[in-house]
Amino acid sequence: MTSTALRSRAWKLLEMVTTPLLPSDYLDLVSPLRAGADLRGRIEAVHPETGDAATIVIRPGRGWRGHTAGQYVRIGVDVDGRRLWRAYSLTSPTNRQDGRLTITVKAIPDGKVSNHLVRSAKPGTLIQLDQATGDFVLPEAKPAKVLYLTAGSGITPVMGMLRDVEFDDAVMVHCAPQPQDVIFRNELHDMVADKKLRLTEVHTDTDGMLDMARLDELVPDWAERETWACGPAGLLDAAERLWSEHGVQERLHTERFRPGIVVAGDGGEVTFSATGKTVDADGATPLLDVGEEAGVLMPSGCRMGICFGCVTPLKAGAVRDLRTGEITEAEPGVLIQTCVSAAAGPCDIER
Amino acid sequence: MTAIDPTAHLTAEQIEELGRELDAIRDEVIASRGEKDAAYIRKVISAQRKLELVSRGVLLFSFFPPAWLIGTAGLSVAKIMDNMEIGHNILHGQWDWMRDPKIHSTTWEWDHVSPSEQWKHSHNELHHTYTNVIGKDNDLGYGIMRVDEDQRWHPFHLGQPLWNFINACFFEYGIAAYDLELGRNLSKRRRKNPEFRARAKAVGRKIRKQVLKDYVIHPLLSGPSFLTTLAATFTANLVRNIWSHSVIMCGHFPEGVQVFERRSIKGETRGQWYLRQMMGSANISGSRAMHFMTGNLSHQIEHHLFPDLPSNRYAEVAVKVRALFEKYELEYVTGPLPKQVFSAWRKVFRLSLPNKKPKVKTPNRDQELVAA
Repeated sequence: MTSTALRSRAWKLLEMVTTPLLPSDYLDLVSPLRAGADLRGRIEAVHPETGDAATIVIRPGRGWRGHTAGQYVRIGVDVDGRRLWRAYSLTSPTNRQDGRLTITVKAIPDGKVSNHLVRSAKPGTLIQLDQATGDFVLPEAKPAKVLYLTAGSGITPVMGMLRDVEFDDAVMVHCAPQPQDVIFRNELHDMVADKKLRLTEVHTDTDGMLDMARLDELVPDWAERETWACGPAGLLDAAERLWSEHGVQERLHTERFRPGIVVAGDGGEVTFSATGKTVDADGATPLLDVGEEAGVLMPSGCRMGICFGCVTPLKAGAVRDLRTGEITEAEPGVLIQTCVSAAAGPCDIER
Repeated sequence: MTAIDPTAHLTAEQIEELGRELDAIRDEVIASRGEKDAAYIRKVISAQRKLELVSRGVLLFSFFPPAWLIGTAGLSVAKIMDNMEIGHNILHGQWDWMRDPKIHSTTWEWDHVSPSEQWKHSHNELHHTYTNVIGKDNDLGYGIMRVDEDQRWHPFHLGQPLWNFINACFFEYGIAAYDLELGRNLSKRRRKNPEFRARAKAVGRKIRKQVLKDYVIHPLLSGPSFLTTLAATFTANLVRNIWSHSVIMCGHFPEGVQVFERRSIKGETRGQWYLRQMMGSANISGSRAMHFMTGNLSHQIEHHLFPDLPSNRYAEVAVKVRALFEKYELEYVTGPLPKQVFSAWRKVFRLSLPNKKPKVKTPNRDQELVAA
């Protein structure tokens, strides 16, 4: 018998010992970051960067496969006891000696996770991790001339790149309201002093928003540069327009942060994605009834919210709890009780 | 069912007002669920796992009598924790709000021969929706006993004290059979129903795994302690079964608890549903340790009003609920465990015999409709 077969036999035996739980349920008690465990990380430190941004140092579990500069990672953090998932750019170099990774988070107004991470995350806390992903990365062959066009926390994936690779000719145009809002400002200025980077800061409180027409003056050879741009949608839209007007759109790489903005309304178009049916629903009819009316096979139970026999994944949109008025927005892994939830805007139910 | 309706003094408006007041209590807890609650259930789960590990470890040396005693006691408590405070409550969806897929009603499996999925149907859906409605809620005597005067007597009931005792000893198997509706499904035609066969197969699989673990694998791992470990696991299962059976009997069987007629729940309003839960359940009074070991089912009344609220909040909810009982002049059935167990058993004995005299039907049909 091969050693793999032997190991799987041994594991099967171990499962018989721990049934109905799994051996991993016990191993997680002592070694949550071990190889083979669900991927997790432990927050080891939180370093303030600006008044509303901080860098979180995370020791990833043994299953972490590393990342490419510019990529992001999804993390699951328990805020007020509830697990919420968000994506953040990795700001650590790929060859960091101690194997830790960092994300740099800017607290956005009313942002549950970002405010928690920046202001109340405690070293020692376990978080859930996904593997790094995203194609906002450098090509294998180092381009001769690069331009980074960033605003606000859009600097974070770019910082991952700057810390990872040295370029012969790198220019950065970065926008932030005021000098003290520029994340990594000291480090950037150190790079400038070492002649590794040319930097233009645009302080939007005094200079106003960056006008793309100014780019000719700030970076005269911008069209020749391989460009990575990250920031608010307005900036990226303007950049895309300018680059295509000049027929150099293939040199522009953009990364859009998509904070899932869900406008909770009253009723909406409900898609039952597994069945492929779409119907209009009002804000008072339980989704269970809406589905059944449309001929979708819906699991059901008590029909009054107590038995949890009807829970179904909410893939997109938002729903309102008809008893409490509470709004639930779609996130991976979010299940809703269809018998007491109504559409709060367009939504997608996996049935 | 008593001839006198204990809710007859309430007007329809009062009942709806009562419902609104209960909704407000529920909303308050929901709005304040948070980190402390999440930490609580995680702590309980972690403690249960450690206790089980240590107890099973100690039982490896169970040929040594003190080790047997300690290991058996520890394993009994671990199994009780698994079923009561952890399993029962997670399977009610009490912790689904945490969005932790490992502590979720859709993924949890417990140390019990009835698969979670089946139990959720018979318990959460049938029992909790149709609480104490004769003919709808099979928890009333589990289909093998008569626990109310209004249930028809049959000579089979003469043996019910014995059935109840056997059911207590092998409670988890009783529940599995009950979830399968075995009595009803054993007819030749029903036995062949593919849906029933699939469910019976799932129970068979679960039983095999549970039996293999408790009565083969762990004893074998104990080597020279094979027999003593076997005896220890059997004892722990017995203790857990008798304990949970006793606690659960106290929930709906003690004297003073009302049952309802099928027709009484037709068109039931939210307030009337709440009222039925209030009159159809009974509590156990006692210390915090007592509440913990019953999985907070000692707060059965509160649990039936709000089956999806986290169990660690029932104690604070109970104070407010009890105040409502007083305000609306309703009887809050509660008492210490021995008293409640005795009361439930007395009923089992009493109703094993036919009713002494024919029940006088209440002439007022409206009253019956409210409380039956």
